[in-house]
Amino acid sequence: MPDVVIVGAGIVGAACAYYAAREGLSVTVLERGNLAGGTTSRGEGNILVSDKEPGPELNLALASRTRWRELAAEFGPDPFELEEKGGLVVATSDPGAAALTRFAEGQRATGVETVAVSADQLHDHEPNLAPDLPAGVLYPQDMQVQPVRAAVSLLAAARSLGATVACGEEVVAAERGPDGRVTAVRTRTGRYPTDAVVNAAGTWGGQVGERLGAPIPILPRRGFILVTEPLPRVVRHKVYSADYVENVASDVAGLETSTVVEGTQGGTVLIGASRERVGFDDTMSVEVLRRLAALAVRLFPFLADVRLMRTYHGFRPYCPDHLPVIGADPRVRGMFHACGHEGAGIGLAPATGRLISQMLTDGQPDIDPSAFAPSRFAQVTTG
Amino acid sequence: MTSKSERRFDVLVVGAGPAGLAAATSATRAGARTAIVDAGVAPGGQYWRHPAPSEHGVSAAEVAHLHHDLATYHRLVAGLPAVAQFFQHHVWTVTRDRRGFVVHLVDRTGGGEQAVELHSRRLVLAPGAYDRQIPFRGWDLPGVMTAGGVQALLKGHGVVAGQRVLVAGTGPFLLPVAAGLAESGARVVGVHEAASPPAWLSELGAVIRNVGKLGEGAGYARVLARHRIPVRARSVVVSAHGTDAVERVTTMRLDHQGRVVPGTERTVAVDVLAVGWGFTPQLELPLALGCATRVDVDGSLVCEVDDEQRSSVEGVFVAGEACGVGGAALATVEGQIAGAVAAGASSVAPRLRRSRAALRRFAQAMHRSHPVPPGWVDRLSDDTTVCRCEEVPFGALRSMQQDLVGHDGRSAKMLTRVGMGYCQARTCGYAVSCILGQEPSGTSGFAERPVSSPLTLGALATSCPTENDPPPAE
Amino acid sequence: MSQPHFSFDGSQIPFRPGQSVGAALTAVGVRSWRSTRGAGRPRGLFCGIGVCFDCLIVVDGRPNERACLRLAEPGMEVSTQEGTGHGDLEV
Ligand SMILES: Cc1cc2nc3c(=O)[nH]c(=O)nc-3n(C[C@H](O)[C@H](O)[C@H](O)COP(=O)(O)OP(=O)(O)OC[C@H]3O[C@@H](n4cnc5c(N)ncnc54)[C@H](O)[C@@H]3O)c2cc1C
Ligand SMILES: Cc1cc2nc3c(=O)[nH]c(=O)nc-3n(C[C@H](O)[C@H](O)[C@H](O)COP(=O)(O)OP(=O)(O)OC[C@H]3O[C@@H](n4cnc5c(N)ncnc54)[C@H](O)[C@@H]3O)c2cc1C
Ligand code: FES
Repeated sequence: MPDVVIVGAGIVGAACAYYAAREGLSVTVLERGNLAGGTTSRGEGNILVSDKEPGPELNLALASRTRWRELAAEFGPDPFELEEKGGLVVATSDPGAAALTRFAEGQRATGVETVAVSADQLHDHEPNLAPDLPAGVLYPQDMQVQPVRAAVSLLAAARSLGATVACGEEVVAAERGPDGRVTAVRTRTGRYPTDAVVNAAGTWGGQVGERLGAPIPILPRRGFILVTEPLPRVVRHKVYSADYVENVASDVAGLETSTVVEGTQGGTVLIGASRERVGFDDTMSVEVLRRLAALAVRLFPFLADVRLMRTYHGFRPYCPDHLPVIGADPRVRGMFHACGHEGAGIGLAPATGRLISQMLTDGQPDIDPSAFAPSRFAQVTTG
Repeated sequence: MTSKSERRFDVLVVGAGPAGLAAATSATRAGARTAIVDAGVAPGGQYWRHPAPSEHGVSAAEVAHLHHDLATYHRLVAGLPAVAQFFQHHVWTVTRDRRGFVVHLVDRTGGGEQAVELHSRRLVLAPGAYDRQIPFRGWDLPGVMTAGGVQALLKGHGVVAGQRVLVAGTGPFLLPVAAGLAESGARVVGVHEAASPPAWLSELGAVIRNVGKLGEGAGYARVLARHRIPVRARSVVVSAHGTDAVERVTTMRLDHQGRVVPGTERTVAVDVLAVGWGFTPQLELPLALGCATRVDVDGSLVCEVDDEQRSSVEGVFVAGEACGVGGAALATVEGQIAGAVAAGASSVAPRLRRSRAALRRFAQAMHRSHPVPPGWVDRLSDDTTVCRCEEVPFGALRSMQQDLVGHDGRSAKMLTRVGMGYCQARTCGYAVSCILGQEPSGTSGFAERPVSSPLTLGALATSCPTENDPPPAE
Repeated sequence: MSQPHFSFDGSQIPFRPGQSVGAALTAVGVRSWRSTRGAGRPRGLFCGIGVCFDCLIVVDGRPNERACLRLAEPGMEVSTQEGTGHGDLEV
């Protein structure tokens, strides 16, 4: 039975570990820090189909949400707070409303459930929305999980299937046999013989790829989130403004803010999220917070009197074409990538994990992985 | 008071306690255009806490007997008119701009809430500390208060917290609290100090060099004797009882290892329990700027400073408890040095250096002889509240630890909601890192607080950056 | 000069200018003015200096004010805070 080492114990590494262990592989997860201590603990847990245009990512998202529901049924909903609450996308202007309607029509053709919501129906769905919003679309398939709980549950399930999880183990290099195949992974302090290695290092996937002899282009995209004081469940869905749809796929280098407002089981309301390409800059940007606050108050005027309790930020792992990298690396035999999920890694993790486990066992992938292949990057095919 | 429309300074001091007051007055004296900002209503900080100035209200004279070294206080306050003052202004974060720093404030004067910004070339951060707490059964009952809180009620508001008060925990600070209560008419049923008296003796050298401090302590001891207040060493409160407020507390003796001695339970009726285990410095502002930290003798995370109170970040000075808990006299000296150097003074008077060194030795001796005795974690039961805000019981942390490899403060927060409430782990952070078996650190999630003081989204959204603010980082 | 008052859950609470709402309540023997969101437990002053957020209270309709910091003013309407204090928001 082939061994596999998975680098990174974020949501993606956890999902890879779980599905690989379920296939009977002997799995070792190596994490340099703590469980789910990377970007997985720095974002929200939205599992969205609503924000994706038709194409490979949406297909992966639709498959992944089915996996999430299976996992919830298997683990019970409590371990990771899965809530099938649905998303409500609202337009803030008439042109925005028209664009949103067109976008939703395209999605419907690929199997996304959408329900058009007129201005006067918006408040039946979200009583506290601003009174002057022109239209919205309800996406009943959107859901949310608590990402850290989800990752920890998946890793616990993998462990009970025989996987080993080692924290404080930073992967520094790979050893390769005469045939070029990976034979072992080295950490700062140890050596792990293996037949295969999966790079699930998220935003650090570029660096880990390089250390293992297979660099890929992964960059950080900073995002801030505002957390309010605890409230009753005043926001029922994940509610976001339609301009989010444009921002997600955008290639503009500057700051983009659009609002996603959602309640959590802890009572806090999360307001996300900005997108900036500022490298790994950890300093607070009050200007970003200000914009997020203003947009949130625009959607939900009552939030003006609600207090901001904390903020946090993280660095989404993104590739130049905004698609994740999932698949075997042609340069190093036995080496797989599973990273670069940008702002959707929580949602996309189970389908990614399953794809990887199918690739590891030479099984038939249940969705077409070609758009995610590492070989799509020039650096991979020429290097 | 200097006009508030002036928003650009050479030196801006955060905190108007002993350290901040000293820093602001020495910075102005050295010629810097200086501002001082404090969340409170009047200068003084914790040590020289004073009531809000008012015409017919609680007067400073009325609380004067609770104070020490008021001469220094008056001298420092006399220097304030030359300083731009912003009281009832909470700093919620600090950022940098091209010319220095931007201090983001919530203006709470008049009960409102408005976001404003001040700019300064240099900063002196003197945010002080708050009472360190460890959880025990019943500590969430009303009437259980921090020792500092009881003192603050007295000094700042002229209010005695209760009629029958037991004072407990560890450290020299318990004495002024008990003395103040007794002098103000409360019946202090006992002072329960966890440390053993002989431990002091081994630190005698440092103590003798600080006779001034010792004098203050002797004064309190006389008050306690006059009121016949029993002082018990090696004694600890193990639980507070009551339905909707504390009615009784149970104490136990500690052995030489700091463990409770079975069979020594004693229960006394009280209406207030004042408890404190030293202090925890308020580090979120220095951490927001990336200042380097270290763990001090008392187990607190503190800011690293050089001989001239410079932090590791250019232009940022730290003074007072935030760079090591050591009391008001030390805070004042550090503030004096920080303010002068921040204002451009080229050298520090050797006298100040000497006095700082002696006071630091004294503080460290006090820390060594007043440790938090081990074993308190063993006394927690699964239903003892650890995080008061989110009502997280000890059991939730314990089972998380059992289930999980590789947890840290941040995962504990995410998994149990510990430290995720309104106080942002200020109250439970120390205890939770002990429970998790971790050294305090700047990134454990218990000291970092990106929003130091909550503000409404409306205030944030409608605040506008002051002119010359650079565009947001790209 | 008659002493100023504020109302607390309908009763009149005397205070001296310069005192916080929490200090004035403590002075007349009121120990708690909030019930927690989880177990509904009573809470009042704990740290006394604005650090612990145990003393949250509703002042003139505004929830989550810190009683230990907020200065008492004549005629203020102060009330007990239940849970989040935002129970008025439609759910
Ligand atoms: C503000 C914000 C909001 C977001 N909101 C959402 C959302 O609503 N829905 C959604 O689906 N996604 C969201 N995301 C994106 C999501 O968080 C990420 O896509 C996802 O967490 C990536 O998971 P990962 O497992 O790939 O990476 P990580 O969680 O970062 O895991 C990678 C792990 O690899 C470890 N590692 C790195 N280098 C090494 C090494 N050399 N050796 C060993 N270990 C190493 C790291 O320590 C880390 O733990 C958001 C992100 C941000 C920043
Ligand atoms: C409640 C309490 C009571 C105490 N009473 C005594 C006593 O009676 N006797 C004694 O010997 N020692 C007392 N101490 C110990 C005290 O910490 C010091 O001895 C001394 O006051 C420290 O001086 P400092 O200048 O470092 O800080 P502090 O005196 O604590 O001053 C810090 C100041 O900074 C302000 N501040 C902090 N953060 C912000 C922010 N984000 N925005 C705006 N302002 C901010 C605070 O409001 C405070 O006024 C007490 C401590 C506490 C916590
Ligand atoms: S008593 Fe702690 S914040 Fe008011």
